[in-house]
Amino acid sequence: MNNFSYTPAATAKEAIGIRKDKKDAAYIAGGTTLLDLMKANVEQHPQLVDINMLPFKGIQETTDGLRIGSMERMSDVGENALVVQQYPVISEALLLSASPQLRNMASIGGNLLQRTRCGYFRDPAFPCNKRNPGSGCPAQQGDNRNLAILGTSEACIATNPGDLAVALVALDAVVTLENAKGKQRRVPLLDFHLLPGTTPQRETVIEPDELIVAVTVPAAAHARKSHYVKVRDRASYAFALVSAAVGLDVQGGQIRSARIALGGVGTKPWRAQEAEKLLIGKPATEENFRAAAAAAVRGAQPREHNRFKVEMVQKTVVQALQELMA
Amino acid sequence: MDTTEPAFFETNGPGTGGVVGLPLDRVDGFAKVTGQAKYSAEYKLPGLTYGVLRTSEIARGKIQSIDTTAAAKEPGVIAILTHLNLPKLAKTPNDAEGKKAIGAPMGFLPLTSDQIHYAGQPVALVVADTYDRAVHAATLVRVQYATEKPIVSFLDPKAQLFDPLKVQDGKTPGHTKRGNAQEAFAAAPVQLTATYEHAINHHNPMEPGATTAVWEAADRLTVYESTQGVTRTQKALSTMLGLPTEQVRVITKYLGGGFGCKGSSWPHTILTVQAAKAVGRPVRLSLTRPQMFTGMGHREDQHQTLKLGATKDGKLTALIHEKTSTTSPWDNYAEPNSRIINLLYACPTFESTYQLARANVMTSTFTRAPGEAPGSFAIECSMDDLAYQLGIDPLQIRLLNYADKDPTNGKPWSSKSLKQCYARGAELFGWSKRNPKAGMTRQGRYLIGWGMATASYPVHNNQGTARVRLYADGHAVVQTGATDLGTGTYTVMTQVAADSLGIAPDKVRFELGDTQLPTAPNSGGSVAAGTVSSSIYMAAQDVWQKLTKLAVQDSKSPLYRAKAADVVVEKGRLMLKTDKTKGEDFMALMKRAEMADIEGMGNGKYGAGYETGRAAGPADSGHQDDKGGHSMHSFGAHFCEVRVDPEVGTVRVTRWVSVHAAGRILNAKTARSQIIGGSIFGIGAALMEETFRDPNLARYTNASLGEYHIPVNADIPDMTVEFIEEHDPYINAMGVKGIGEISMVGVSAAVANAIFHATGKRIRSLPITPDKVMNSLAV
Repeated sequence: MNNFSYTPAATAKEAIGIRKDKKDAAYIAGGTTLLDLMKANVEQHPQLVDINMLPFKGIQETTDGLRIGSMERMSDVGENALVVQQYPVISEALLLSASPQLRNMASIGGNLLQRTRCGYFRDPAFPCNKRNPGSGCPAQQGDNRNLAILGTSEACIATNPGDLAVALVALDAVVTLENAKGKQRRVPLLDFHLLPGTTPQRETVIEPDELIVAVTVPAAAHARKSHYVKVRDRASYAFALVSAAVGLDVQGGQIRSARIALGGVGTKPWRAQEAEKLLIGKPATEENFRAAAAAAVRGAQPREHNRFKVEMVQKTVVQALQELMA
Repeated sequence: MDTTEPAFFETNGPGTGGVVGLPLDRVDGFAKVTGQAKYSAEYKLPGLTYGVLRTSEIARGKIQSIDTTAAAKEPGVIAILTHLNLPKLAKTPNDAEGKKAIGAPMGFLPLTSDQIHYAGQPVALVVADTYDRAVHAATLVRVQYATEKPIVSFLDPKAQLFDPLKVQDGKTPGHTKRGNAQEAFAAAPVQLTATYEHAINHHNPMEPGATTAVWEAADRLTVYESTQGVTRTQKALSTMLGLPTEQVRVITKYLGGGFGCKGSSWPHTILTVQAAKAVGRPVRLSLTRPQMFTGMGHREDQHQTLKLGATKDGKLTALIHEKTSTTSPWDNYAEPNSRIINLLYACPTFESTYQLARANVMTSTFTRAPGEAPGSFAIECSMDDLAYQLGIDPLQIRLLNYADKDPTNGKPWSSKSLKQCYARGAELFGWSKRNPKAGMTRQGRYLIGWGMATASYPVHNNQGTARVRLYADGHAVVQTGATDLGTGTYTVMTQVAADSLGIAPDKVRFELGDTQLPTAPNSGGSVAAGTVSSSIYMAAQDVWQKLTKLAVQDSKSPLYRAKAADVVVEKGRLMLKTDKTKGEDFMALMKRAEMADIEGMGNGKYGAGYETGRAAGPADSGHQDDKGGHSMHSFGAHFCEVRVDPEVGTVRVTRWVSVHAAGRILNAKTARSQIIGGSIFGIGAALMEETFRDPNLARYTNASLGEYHIPVNADIPDMTVEFIEEHDPYINAMGVKGIGEISMVGVSAAVANAIFHATGKRIRSLPITPDKVMNSLAV
């Protein structure tokens, strides 16, 4: 860990101003990922800007859906009655994340930016293209049990570790960003995270002078009927081996709309739109679920130790859809 | 029995009002929950400085250059030790003679050469005036390496297997034969051969390794150390420093767990001592969590192949055990897995061999139930296989092969209540309702399975001393240099002292964890409870002998002119054996004699040395477990129910029953907690614990508690624990066998057997993670 300065900011403008002035400065909200990475010397920031006082709060019903302020805490959102009733997949994903202590600290904005659990990334003694571009990726031929099978590249196979982002990407969530001039832009979460390609160090489209203000989620029948299933090595407090966020709108025995996203398998929160299309207009049967799940992993590129994820995530998708219909 | 010592249970039977065995609350509980209990890295000393280790990124090679200029310029940095300036030691473990003299767990001390042998090897120790400054400066030390390709494990194609003469620091022969097992196996009507894999496991006690070193004078050292044995640490440090033993004082008042990794003195301790010497101020150093993966040993990665020959009736005729595992570049360490396989069942023939390969890894070390834990996984899964193959109930197959005497040497058991453990465990679990067929019990989407396994652990030979100081006002101070891993030594010894002296537990102050106190053995190998309690009991007997002598010579005593041999003591009252109305209590006697206090010393022998009445050698002299007329072991049985998701392969333990017979149980509550803790430790090894190494760089990839999974509350059901009380007169004056190790033995097999019963698929590779279960069920 390095020495750093700490400045609390009262407004977004002030926060962005401080960060822009100091190279490699970082925002701190809950700090549950950032401080770990700083202690492990994975990230070095000479300046931390505390954004906990910014007014990006509120969990509200809007005319067309749900709006969650970026500074809301995971536990508050997960237990919010509106979220529990109208967007169950979000609540479930949140409450299956981390531990109660971490959920009480971690912010929604920070959660969307949390970095991979890849052991090579998190230990500066290893080469890692994400941490140190151009240094190589020993994970390709190494311990890759926890790493991604979808969206990988020669440069990086690190898994996006989140649960919340998987649920949100399934429900077409949109991220609102604000820059130094107070100008806001809206980015679909689907486009917010980047594939590693040859630049795995770039993980999102967020610009250095931008802050996450809020996340909005459109109301929909498939949001009301939605579900999250997470498979992990122990019963609690572990990242997903695989997970599935699903939503269905079934009327008159036919699927009118479907949402499927996968966790633990992608280099970004993985939306399976091809799989969703397969379900449209079809009855909600196990056979159709299986076909959709198979489509969801098409193109998967497993490595030596994560081959199991191809099958496990399909089963998880089917299980999630079945539990949704039960 | 040719010992003259009275057995404790003669003075503390039912109805005597004693407190031994009762579920007393921890005497140190209040201090712990209020933060008053000081751990080794919590001593605030004048002039205290902070040490931080910088460790090697690479696993093999040579330090070409090490540049400390930038780090040294940082504010607050006092010194930076490297292999270029470490103060010279009188002895290092770098040669066989030095290693033995020191009692070092590893034949290499970092910072004594430019060679890098394993990733995470310390290369520099930075001392600063605050912890944070030391942490930061350590990152600024620049090390250039000449890197070589490392050997990763015994499975590495470049690894060279060899047959060691002995393993585990010479304690276990590399090759053992009893009868002709090869011939018997070849002739056996039923032959089973299976290979079992065990991942690298790390102990990860809650409190990391920590040292606070203070040079009181140029040749006098005090060390506050997180160790399971102050005496062993004292010996190691004084030998390395070339100081008389008594000029090194080691203090360990509280431990936050150890599980074997604190059973030896590891490099960070002597390096901290040398740093304190270099800066002339006290130095505190605490290993970080990642450093705990490369600082204090581990359970080695290993394969075991077990061949089991049996008759068609299920009687064993041959057991052949081969273990292959990874060791360090210097040492021949392997857990003694074969011990329990040789011992557990009546089998006329046995053979075992150990094979090792050197790799770029630090030396592995004792990890809870060393040998017995992975060994029992192999034998207890194979016994399960035999049961299913022959259509015999798994419990029945074990009874069929029940060993009425020790099969390794033909000696009678000092006590063995395994049949009672089986029976009581089966009853508590409802084993009789078991579906004999595997893979046939469904509950919704889940498969349900039941499994069981046997547990056993030896009573090792050891001894220790204690001092009792009894005051005329009715209170006592009881002292011995033992350690309490956090499992209840303070509490149970207070109970033993109270009953031995006939006073209430709140009148006893029990002190431990200091080399200035009488010598006690390491808390390891389950020897502490029996040895320390016996030494306290014997010290109390010494007090009573002295007071009896005083009474019979005191003309004012009702016991005046009685024969000392005719005087007995009950609850602090000395009286005539034949007429108990004649006597007085010790306070009256001492007050009349104007004695403020009286001291007694006691030597508690444990195991074979107790039975033979011979010295067991100094504490920690090693094991001579075979010297007595009896074979001494504790026994137990675990019963487990699992719920398996057949789709994605997740396994949850849903019910657990453990019944153990381990001699006298000193405290029903702390004993139950011990068994629960050991069982959870075993469930972790069975289902999730695994340290991964990069197959090319030989560096761990999950050295954190975020990614190295141990069970959380949600993984563990309510657990049922019971004990079969035994009166064993052969093992020690207190009749205690100890339960720290046995609690884990057989646990992984019980879980694996339950998974087999649930799914009909045998998984022989630990940990049994969801991917392995799912793959086993793939059509």
